[in-house]
Amino acid sequence: MDWEVVIGIETHAQLATRSKIFSGASTRFGAEPNAQACAVDLALPGVLPVLNRQAVEHAIRFGLAVGATVAPRSVFARKNYFYPDLPKGYQISQYERPVVSGGAIRFFSAEQEKTVRLTRAHLEEDAGKSLHEDFQGRSGIDLNRAGTPLLEIVSEPDLRSAADAVAYARALHQLVIWIGICDGNMQEGSFRCDANVSVRPVGQDELGTRCEIKNLNSFRFMEKAILYEVRRQIRTLEDGGSIIQETRLYDPERDETRAMRSKEDAQDYRYFPDPDLLPVRISEDWVAQVRATLPELPADMRARFVQSYGLSAYDADLLTGSQALAQYFQTLHQLLGGDAKLCANWVCGEFLAALRRSEREVQEAPVTPQQLCDLLRRIQDGTLSGKMAKELFDVLWQEGGAVDALIAQRGLSQISDAGVLEQIIDALLAAHPAQVAEFRAGKDKVFGFFVGRAMKACAGRANPEQLNALLRQRLAG
Amino acid sequence: MPLNDTDLKRLARLARIRLEPQELASLAPQFAGILDLIQQLQAVPTQGIEPLAHALDLEQRLRADEVTEADGRALFQPLAPEMEQGLYLVPQVIE
Repeated sequence: MDWEVVIGIETHAQLATRSKIFSGASTRFGAEPNAQACAVDLALPGVLPVLNRQAVEHAIRFGLAVGATVAPRSVFARKNYFYPDLPKGYQISQYERPVVSGGAIRFFSAEQEKTVRLTRAHLEEDAGKSLHEDFQGRSGIDLNRAGTPLLEIVSEPDLRSAADAVAYARALHQLVIWIGICDGNMQEGSFRCDANVSVRPVGQDELGTRCEIKNLNSFRFMEKAILYEVRRQIRTLEDGGSIIQETRLYDPERDETRAMRSKEDAQDYRYFPDPDLLPVRISEDWVAQVRATLPELPADMRARFVQSYGLSAYDADLLTGSQALAQYFQTLHQLLGGDAKLCANWVCGEFLAALRRSEREVQEAPVTPQQLCDLLRRIQDGTLSGKMAKELFDVLWQEGGAVDALIAQRGLSQISDAGVLEQIIDALLAAHPAQVAEFRAGKDKVFGFFVGRAMKACAGRANPEQLNALLRQRLAG
Repeated sequence: MPLNDTDLKRLARLARIRLEPQELASLAPQFAGILDLIQQLQAVPTQGIEPLAHALDLEQRLRADEVTEADGRALFQPLAPEMEQGLYLVPQVIE
């Protein structure tokens, strides 16, 4: 039987605020345990939550960026459950009236633009952290993270493969960083995904029973976890079994998912409006103000790069990977005064590769757009061959310097002087009469032999097209 | 509306309240009374009425995003029954 995979993703994006969502404690990462847990975060008696304006504004910003509806009136609710890292016994979240409803994420997967609808995005507070090792028969609780503002972004079950799920998560990750609402740091838990996975026979409308895979904190694990889970569900169903709705945890070491909570323990969160918090009013003025500060979005920029620069969708997608990279490309293109394709090739090629090798961010790149522009000019005017330019780029990256000075110093310039090239060729033909005869007898392969020898004779500096043309001309006799 | 023992036990477990068997017997009619009251409320026609999210007809005041709380660990931790290395200790919980 052929199976269709159905995936929906829930993402917790930590909002970039200085203080917590309901208290004035700091949200800085890496503090001493419990040094940033104040009376409100600890749920001491008599405390009251007061909502952080910036957290609401970030949610509005996200809503506008995905074309969603921003609720004029939004309500906070209590989600009740017991766990030691949740001192109140409930998490303040949103249930019936989230700040953001609807909207969509556009992303690029397998050379195609795809769209995933969003159900909603709501504000909530994070819980603390439980440490299970090191304390005999005890768990240690650090409440620094308790009360950190989160935006939970829920997608519709529109995804049909692990690869698409990852492409969606990457696009969402890129977007929240792009609009400045989340630092996107996955190691520190600023961006966490859960995947709801089910399978159904192709052609069936009704959805299969789903399992939720929790805490996928890297894109690679997300893909592997979904692939495993899909195989498990199909195998179970084909063996005549049935899928139990449950929460599963991915174990990267064994590359498998395991049941975490069974249905017997299924939570009943007993949501109700939090009487400690009044409804939040989001005025049209506020929404308009936020809209005015929204940058050009990655999907729009991608489309613009294709339309006005004639770039491939693939290059445009790479170049809009981050705002800094897109900015670098645009500055370079402006400095060079055109030839977007050449700029794109270099930024997507040598520049990105060098960034990855040195594990640096775009802002830390040692080669400035001006330096790269100088280099590209020397390709355009024929001074440098592609190969030479790459060598010089490495020098610029490692040691720095001015392009023209380096070309002079290293004798790197390309030989495009026909007279010089002809001399080299004539000497070569004179030295290898047998090969000349072979070529003239129709053995075309020998051509490569001459090209190699000629390049060697001038230390690789010959302009390759020119060399080829002259060589053919001379060999023809 | 009567509640059976299974429902009661489940409620107790969700609320983390330990119930003795003899308590179940006396609680069942009390809960049934509460549920009857809710049923009366549910009989009120509410079509076209905006659900009430709060008893006060006011809106939430928002605070500026500023850190106003200093490290109060030394003040708060002596209140906890057990602590070590700055962590609050609780009976072990394993996921």
